[in-house]
Amino acid sequence: MYDAPSLGAQVEQQDIKISAKKVQVYYGDTHAIKDVDIEIESKTVTAFIGPSGCGKSTFLRCLNRMNDTIDICRVEGDIILDGEDIYDKKVDPVQLRAKVGMVFQKPNPFPKSIYDNIAYGPRIHGLAKSKADLDEIVEKSLRRGAIWNEVKDRLHAPGTGLSGGQQQRLCIARAIATEPEVLLMDEPCSALDPIATAQVEELIDELRNQYSVVIVTHSMQQAARVSQKTAFFHLGHLVEYGATGNIFTTPQDERTESYITGRIG
Amino acid sequence: MPVLWLVLIILGLAALGFIMGRQRALKSAGGDSRKLHSLPNYYGANVALSVLVPSFGVLIVWLLAQPMLIDRAVSAMIPPELIPENTTTGLVMSDVRRVAEGLDVAVEKGAMSASEANSVRSEFTDLRARLGDVGVALGQDVRPEVLRAAQRYRTLNATGNMALTIVICLVAVAGFINALRHCTAEYRARNVVERAILVILMAAASIAILSTIGIVLSMLFESVNFFGLHRWTDFFFGTTWAPNFRGDSELSILPLLWGTLYISFIALLVAVPVGLFAAIYLSEYAGSKTRSFAKPLLEILAGIPTIVYGLFALLTVGPLLVKVFGQGDNGLLGVEWMSGATSVLTAGIVMGIMLIPFVSSLSDDIINAVPQSMRDGSLGLGATKSETIRQVVVPAALPGIVGAILLAASRAIGETMIVVMGAGAIAKFSVNPLESMTTITTRIVSQLTGDGDFASPETLVAFALGLTLFVLTLGLNVLALYIVRKYREQYE
Repeated sequence: MYDAPSLGAQVEQQDIKISAKKVQVYYGDTHAIKDVDIEIESKTVTAFIGPSGCGKSTFLRCLNRMNDTIDICRVEGDIILDGEDIYDKKVDPVQLRAKVGMVFQKPNPFPKSIYDNIAYGPRIHGLAKSKADLDEIVEKSLRRGAIWNEVKDRLHAPGTGLSGGQQQRLCIARAIATEPEVLLMDEPCSALDPIATAQVEELIDELRNQYSVVIVTHSMQQAARVSQKTAFFHLGHLVEYGATGNIFTTPQDERTESYITGRIG
Repeated sequence: MPVLWLVLIILGLAALGFIMGRQRALKSAGGDSRKLHSLPNYYGANVALSVLVPSFGVLIVWLLAQPMLIDRAVSAMIPPELIPENTTTGLVMSDVRRVAEGLDVAVEKGAMSASEANSVRSEFTDLRARLGDVGVALGQDVRPEVLRAAQRYRTLNATGNMALTIVICLVAVAGFINALRHCTAEYRARNVVERAILVILMAAASIAILSTIGIVLSMLFESVNFFGLHRWTDFFFGTTWAPNFRGDSELSILPLLWGTLYISFIALLVAVPVGLFAAIYLSEYAGSKTRSFAKPLLEILAGIPTIVYGLFALLTVGPLLVKVFGQGDNGLLGVEWMSGATSVLTAGIVMGIMLIPFVSSLSDDIINAVPQSMRDGSLGLGATKSETIRQVVVPAALPGIVGAILLAASRAIGETMIVVMGAGAIAKFSVNPLESMTTITTRIVSQLTGDGDFASPETLVAFALGLTLFVLTLGLNVLALYIVRKYREQYE
């Protein structure tokens, strides 16, 4: 999918969902993210690529303030979601995380039944008025997580008993059950085999119809396959950001080119 | 102290063997340690071990067997008519041993010559007075049979000790020479030492297991004696605990079991919420600074001797409860529900305080073991911290927490000092927590420390009680381990 100029043209009309300006992140004395400016569009899959330790996961975790759970982490700069600064004192990080969902590198189903895993978010946010409502949300989320057919007969079996790929799709279904507007995915396929990876990628492509998806990945093929926009991070800097097709075919920066062609990594 | 000397000789020989074995092995390889099969130290250790292990083995067996054999030989000398009514040979034998020790002391202090000690006759000498002079007090005049038995006892002992010394030295030297002959370059000393270490470790493990079996068996034999003297139906199904010395005691475990379980229940009611909440605070909310001083502080509670908790119950908690629930119009509530400081509630609360660190430190470890990815997953869905703990962390840690609670329960059931001082001594069925009650452990203490006859059911019941307690706590521990293991598999 290197040849996706039509897609690139299409997304340029999208609205800006998240815009970050001069974001700095420090872990204690380490300056992990330096001066990152980026605008993430709605209904687009944005991929963050870059060598290990370049700060792409750290930046991703800034977008729903998951970094707040790390004591020594400090974020400066502005991150605007729908016109509101998410680091403003008035913003409740708990509410923010309901709006900006997250899927992690390792599948982390709760030690509960499949049903309760999905119902977890809707329950704590009071999204369901009745049991029937909740059943419907669970079914819808599992269908959209492309796992309904595999688990519909054992909704009350523990979620930890599923295979790795099924667990990850369960976690994605769990994240979309709370109806987020942005879905952050931190290397969602790194623990999966190629078949499960293909299923998850297909799912990401579908999710684009409704959400903005930001995905961190180590696989450049994956970035090229699923994303419309790509951002390349290197040593805490955002080096290059643009339509995926352009980044992979005509990179402007020589560091991007070196990384894509495998000379640095 | 001939045995101490023997031990020192063996140790010295082993040390010498280590050095000589090492040198000899090196010499056999022409001073080049690379030509040896094993490192030089292994050859030394091999010699040292073959001195130590057999000689200490023989020493231990000998020291256990000698008194038994001598006792048997000497007690055969005591005529049956010498044994008073209602006592056993054991009592007379302890007289014999006492006289023998007295003679030893007299010889040591020079009040008597060695040959005199062996030939002295109580018919001609007032032995009681003469031994009294050297500081050995005897309860009664020494009878001729006892004296002769004591003299025999001394000679046998002396012969035995002499033989022991010779045999041990021979065994040690034999091991020394035999191992030294093996100190050649081809000998696989390393493998031999490896096997010896395995044997030592296995011996340590089997001592732990064997002593458990020994404890159970000793309880079991005395319990069997008890059930020979007392009806088992009364013990297990009766409703009254009323020991007396007329021989018609009612000895039922049920009222005691009720007291034990009731007090343990109240203790858990205190310890489980407080301990669990403390654990959650420490593992999830507290910063590393708070944690670093609060956790050791909490664990200090675990180091307080239970007798101190007992004093706390007796002097502080009990009177405080009386002030609240008793004293009529002078009390805080103006009621007269509680008369004395000892009650189920007093003992239960204090025991609960004792169990807090037990529950909290085990739960803390278990909560910390819940993977961070679970918390991230929940927080990432927009859950608050307490929602995450309530709905994800604690359920994931639950099997371990239940295990911790069951272990705490088995400690509560076996706890003695707090209930001795805080719970009172009245055995009865009652649901009022402000009344005195008693537990199995306190009754064991009082039945065994009284001056009752050891062979009577009133004393032997202690063993039956102890065995029941053991089975109870063993059952709880097994259940705890089962739960922990079963659910751990499911959640990993």
